[in-house]
Amino acid sequence: MPAEGLLAASWLLIALPLAGAAVLLLGGRRTDRWGHLLGTATVVAAFLLAVACTVQLAGLDGRAADVELFTFIATGELDVTAGLLYDPLSAVFVLLITGVGSLIHVFSIGYMAHDPARRRFFAYLNLFVAAMLLLVLGNSFVALYVGWEGVGLASYLLIAFWYTRPAAATAAKKAFIMNRIGDVGLALAIFVMFAQLGTTSYAGVFGSVGTLAGGTITAIGLLLLLGACGKSGQFPLQAWLPDAMEGPTPVSALIHAATMVTAGVYLIARSAPIYDLTPTARAVILAVGAVTLLIGAIAGCAFDDIKKVLAYSTVSQIGYMFLAVGLGPAGYVAGLAHLLAHGFFKAGLFLGAGSVMHAMDDSVDMRRFGGLAKKLPITFVTFGLGYLALIGFPFLSGYFTKDAIIEAALDRGDVWGWVLGGVAVLGAGLTAFYMTRLMLMTFFGRPRWDDGVHPHEAPTVMTAPMIVLAVGSVAAGALLVSVFPLADWLAPVFGEPAEAAHVVAPALVGLVVTVVMVLGVLTAWLFVGRREVPVTAPVRVSPVTRAARNALYADTVNESLFMRPGQWLTRALVWFDNRGVDGAVNGLAAGLGGSSSRLGRAQTGFVRTYALGMLGGVVMVAGALLAVTAG
Amino acid sequence: MNLSYYLVLAAILFTIGAVGVLVRRNAIVVFMCIELMLNAVNLTLITFARSTGTVDGQIIALFVMVVAAAEVVVGLAIIMSIYRTRRSASVDDANLLKY
Amino acid sequence: MSASLYLVAMIAVPAIGAAAVAALPKERGLLAKQVALGVSLVVLLLAVLSTMAFDPDGDRFQLTTSVAWIPDFGADFALGVDGIALVMLLLIGVLVPLVVAASWHEADAGPRPARVFFAWLLLLEAMMVGVFAATDILLFYVFFEAMLVPMYFLIGSFGGPRRQYAAVKFFVYSLVGGLVMLASVIGLYVVSTSQLGEGTFAFDALRQLEIDPDVQKLLFLGFFVAFAIKAPLVPFHTWLPDSGAEAPIGGAVLLVGVLDKVGTFGFLRYCLPLFPDASRYFAPFVLVLAVVGILYAALLAMGQSDMKRLVSYTSISHFGFIALGIFAFTTEAATGAVLYMVNHGIATGLLFLVVGMLISRGGSRQIGDYGGVAAQAPKLAGAFLVAGLASLALPGTNSFVSEFLVLIGSFPTRPVFTVLATAGIILAALYVLLMYQRTMHGPPRGMLLADVHGGDPTPGTEPARSTEPAQGTHPARGGASAATATVTAPAPARGGVRFADLSRRELAVVAPLIALIIGLGVYPQPLLDLIEPAVVATVDDLGAPGGTDR
Repeated sequence: MPAEGLLAASWLLIALPLAGAAVLLLGGRRTDRWGHLLGTATVVAAFLLAVACTVQLAGLDGRAADVELFTFIATGELDVTAGLLYDPLSAVFVLLITGVGSLIHVFSIGYMAHDPARRRFFAYLNLFVAAMLLLVLGNSFVALYVGWEGVGLASYLLIAFWYTRPAAATAAKKAFIMNRIGDVGLALAIFVMFAQLGTTSYAGVFGSVGTLAGGTITAIGLLLLLGACGKSGQFPLQAWLPDAMEGPTPVSALIHAATMVTAGVYLIARSAPIYDLTPTARAVILAVGAVTLLIGAIAGCAFDDIKKVLAYSTVSQIGYMFLAVGLGPAGYVAGLAHLLAHGFFKAGLFLGAGSVMHAMDDSVDMRRFGGLAKKLPITFVTFGLGYLALIGFPFLSGYFTKDAIIEAALDRGDVWGWVLGGVAVLGAGLTAFYMTRLMLMTFFGRPRWDDGVHPHEAPTVMTAPMIVLAVGSVAAGALLVSVFPLADWLAPVFGEPAEAAHVVAPALVGLVVTVVMVLGVLTAWLFVGRREVPVTAPVRVSPVTRAARNALYADTVNESLFMRPGQWLTRALVWFDNRGVDGAVNGLAAGLGGSSSRLGRAQTGFVRTYALGMLGGVVMVAGALLAVTAG
Repeated sequence: MNLSYYLVLAAILFTIGAVGVLVRRNAIVVFMCIELMLNAVNLTLITFARSTGTVDGQIIALFVMVVAAAEVVVGLAIIMSIYRTRRSASVDDANLLKY
Repeated sequence: MSASLYLVAMIAVPAIGAAAVAALPKERGLLAKQVALGVSLVVLLLAVLSTMAFDPDGDRFQLTTSVAWIPDFGADFALGVDGIALVMLLLIGVLVPLVVAASWHEADAGPRPARVFFAWLLLLEAMMVGVFAATDILLFYVFFEAMLVPMYFLIGSFGGPRRQYAAVKFFVYSLVGGLVMLASVIGLYVVSTSQLGEGTFAFDALRQLEIDPDVQKLLFLGFFVAFAIKAPLVPFHTWLPDSGAEAPIGGAVLLVGVLDKVGTFGFLRYCLPLFPDASRYFAPFVLVLAVVGILYAALLAMGQSDMKRLVSYTSISHFGFIALGIFAFTTEAATGAVLYMVNHGIATGLLFLVVGMLISRGGSRQIGDYGGVAAQAPKLAGAFLVAGLASLALPGTNSFVSEFLVLIGSFPTRPVFTVLATAGIILAALYVLLMYQRTMHGPPRGMLLADVHGGDPTPGTEPARSTEPAQGTHPARGGASAATATVTAPAPARGGVRFADLSRRELAVVAPLIALIIGLGVYPQPLLDLIEPAVVATVDDLGAPGGTDR
C-alpha cells in the first residue's frame, strides 16, 4: 500500500548519507575540520528515522509500504520506477545498517583521527551507507542492482583507501572484479525476468513467477545465486574477501563483516517466492553454503593475520546463512537471525581487532601479540564477549541462531539433512578452534611484541561502540528468538512460522553442538595455549596446514585458470590486432603502392614512347571499329 | 573528279607526319610533323565537306587552323626554352616528366 | 528567429566563425580562442533552443528547411531533425565548447598558429551538425565526406609523433567507406527514378520505396561498409586506435565522441528504414561483429600501454554495444543504443579529456610512466575515476542506463548474443581499473618520482606527502619514455610544480561533464522521451517482429 507519514519520507534514509558524502567530497579541504562529525550525524539521523519508520510500520496492516519516487527508465515495454519498499525484511536490514553503521562511524572518529584523509574516509563510508540502504530498500531488482553495484564501488574505494600501498590497490581491484562476475549473474537474472515477465519490480515478478516453466525459474534462481556468491564471498568467488582486509578496520567491520557481504543472503531471502518454486536452485545454495562454511573455517585455522582469520570466519558464517536460506521456508528466519547476530558480534570483533591494531602500531601478526588482556582490558572484555557469541557459547546470541540453522537442516529428515547438519556441527567445532586460537595468541600467554611498541587502551570514542556491540552480541540471540521473535515480525514476508516436526530434539542438538564447541576450544588450547607461540610461523608443516594457509589454493586456481590464460590471450590478441588485422590492411596499402610504382615505370618521360603508345591505341581503336562495322 | 584522290593524299601526308613524330629526334622536326598531320586532317575535312555539300567540315578546318596557330606559338616557346637550358632540341634528351 | 532556421544557423554560425577565426592576424591568438569559445557557446544555445522548439510527440522530422540545391538531380538542401538527431546535436553543442576550453593551450607551442586549430575545430562542428541534420541523402553524403577534411588537418597538423601516418590512415579508411556508400546513394537514386518517375534523394520519399530484396542487400552493404568503418566495428577498426592516439585531445574527443557516432546513427537512420529486408537478413552477421567487437576490443584495451590507445579500444568495445542495440530490433534496445551514443560521447569525452590533462602534465602517453598520481592531484584522480566508472557503466552514471537498456532490450530477441555481451562488463571493469590502479594508485612511479626527487628513484619512501616542488629546475621531458611518445604541446610548467592539480579552467571543463554523467545517470527520462518516438518510427519502418507485439 502507498506509504504515508514518516514512511513516505523514507527516501530520506538514503538521501541523508548521500548528501553527507556529496558535501564531503565536493567541499574539499574546507570540510576537513567537521567532516567526520557531519558524516556521523547523517548516519545517526538515518538510524533515528529508521527506528521511527519501523515503529510506524509495525502498526500498519500488512506491514508494507510502497514509496514511489520518480520514473527512472521507461521506454517501450520497460518501465522501471525508482521506488522504495519498506517492509519487515527491509526494515530489519535498515536498522542493522544504520545502527551498526552509526556505531562504526563513531568508532572511526577515533580510529582515523590521525589520518590526513579522514574526511575522504567518512565521505566514502557515507556513500556506502546510502548505497546499501538503496540495495535493501529498492522495490525492484533494478533498484537493488543499482545499490548492489553502488556498494561495490564504495567497497572498492574503501579497500583502496590507503591507495599508495600496492596491496590495497590490488585487493580493491580484485574485490571489484569478482563482484562484477557476480553482478553479471544478477544482471542476466533481471534480463530473464524482463524477457519472460515484462517487469522487474518485486511485486510484478513475485506475482507472476509461478506462471513460468520450471527450468526458467531454476535459471533465474541460479543466476541470482551467482550474484549473491560474488557479493557475499561464497564459493567459488570467496577469494576477494580476505584480501579486502587491506582496507581500514572500520571498513572491514561495517562492509566486509556486518552489512555488504550479507547482501547475498538478503537477495536470496528477498527472492524467496522464486526459490520456493525451484528445489534445484535451493540445493545448489545448500551446497554452496556447506562448502563455503568448511573452506572458511579451515582457512581460518591457519592464518596468523588477525583480520584474515576474522575474514575467513565471516566467509564461513555467511556459509551458515546461505545454508539456512537454502533450506527454504524452514530456514529463512534462522538465516536472517544469524545474519543479525553475526552483524553484531562480528562488527564488535573487528572493532576489537581495530583497537588491538591501534594499540600495536597497526600490526596484524598475532604471533607478535600475546598477553594483551591486561593492557587492553575493555577491548579484551568486549572482544571476549563477541568471541563467546561467535563460537556459540550457551545462551549468547550465536548459540541460539546457529542451533536454529542446524535444527532446520536436520528437520529435512533425509540423508542430506544429516549431511548438512553434520557439516554445520563440524563447522561449529572448527569455529571454536580458530577463534580460541585467535584469543589465546592475542590476549593470553607471554607478550611477544617488539620493544618499541607500547600497547594502550583506545579512547572512549572507540571503546563505547565496542561496548554497545558487545552487549548486542550477548543479547541479540535471546531477543530475536524469544522477546521480539523475528519469525513473527517477518511473517508478512515469509508466512507464519510453522511448528516444525523436529527430527532431533532441540535440547539434544544444543547439547551436541555445545560439546563439539568445547572440544574445539580444548583442541585449540592443546595446540596453542599450552606451549609458547613461535614468533615466526613454522615452515615445516603438514600438507593440510599448508593447504589451509593458502586458503585451499583458491587464488592459485583463479590465477592459473583465469588470470594467466587471460593475460596470455590479451597479449596474443594485441599481437594479432597489430600484425594480423592492421597488418592485412597495411599490407593491402603497401601492395597497392608497390604495384602503382611498378606501373609508373612505364612513364619513361620520352615523348616518342608516348607517341608510339598513342599510335598503338589509335590502331587498336580503328581496328576494333573496322572489325565491328565489317562484322 | 574522284574525291578519293584527296583522301589518299591526306592519308599519305598523315602517315608521313606520324612516322616523323615517331622516328625523328629533333623537336622542331617533330613539331612540323605534327603540323603535317593536322593539315592532313584538314584536307580530309574539306574533302568530306565538299562531298556532302555542307560547310561543317570547312568550319572545323578553320577552327583547327586557329588552334594550330596557337599551338605553334606555345610549342615553339617551350622548345626554345628547353633549347636554351639544355643546349639541345632532341626529344630524347628531355625525359623529366615521368612517374 | 524562426525555429526552422535554427538548424541552418547551427551550420552557418560555426562555419562563419571558422572563417573569421582563420582570418584573424597571427598575433591575435587569444582573440581567436575567445571567438571560438563564443561561437561554440552560441551553437550550444541554438541546440538548446531547438530542443525547446521540438515536440517529441509531433511529426517525425521537425525544424525542417528545404531549399532546391541541384534541381536536375532532385537534390535539396534539406535539413530537419528527429529525436535521435536532436540529441546528437545537443551532444555536439555540449562537447565543442568544452573541447575549445580544454584545448586552450593545446596548439600554443606547435609549429602552426593556434587560430588554425580553432578554425578547423569550428568547421568540423559545422560539418558534424550538417551530417546529423541532413534529411537529403546526397547532402548527408556531402557532409559525411566534408567532415573528413577538418579532422584530417586536426590530426595531421596538431597530432602526436605519428600524426601523418594516422591522418592518412584515417582519411583513406573513411574515404573508401564513403565511396562505397556513394555507389549505394546513386543506386537508391536509380531505384527511385524507376519507381517514382523522377529521381530523388529525399529521405522521406526513399523510405516509401519497395526495393527488391536482392537489390536491398547490395545497397545495404554499401551503406553498411561506410558506417561500419566509421563506427568502427571489428574488423574495420584499426584506424581508430592510431587516430585516437595521435589526434590532439580535443580532436580525439570529437572523433570518438561525435564523429564516429555518424556510423551508428547511419545504421539507425538509413540502413534499417531504407533496407528493412536486408537489415533482417544481415542482422545475425552484424551481431556477430558487434559481440566479437565488445569482447575483442575489451581484451585489446587491457593489453595497451598507451592510455590514448587504451581509451580508443574501449570505444570500439562500446560501439559493439551500440551496434548490438540497433540490430536487436527492439524499441528498448534501440532507444538504449541512441542513449548510449550520447552517453558514450559524454563519458569517453571526459575520459579522453582527463587523460589529456594527465598527459599534458607528464608529457608521456605511457601508463608505465605514471603511478600514485592520486596523492598529488586528487581532483584529477577523482575526475579520472568518475570517467572510468562511467566507462564501465556503473549504476548511477549515465552509461549504466544506456548499457542496461541495450542489454535488457536485446535479451528477449537475441539471448545468446546478449549473454556474451554481458560478460563484456567484467572486462570493462578490468581495463578501467587496471589503468586507474597503475596511474593513480600505488607509490609514485616514473615521472613523478623523477620530478619529486630530481631523478633519484627511491621506492619505498613516501613521496606522496612530500609536495615541495623542485623549484627552479625546469623539468626535463621525462627521460626514456619521452622518446616513445611525447605530445607535441609541452606541458605548461607552472612554477616548477609538475603535478599540479586541476586548474580552474580544467575544473570548468570537467565539472559540466561530471554533472551530466551523474544527472543523466539518475534521471535519464527526459532524453528517453525525446528519443523514443523516433526509435519507434524506425522500428516500425523495419516492421520487425518482436518490436512491439511481445
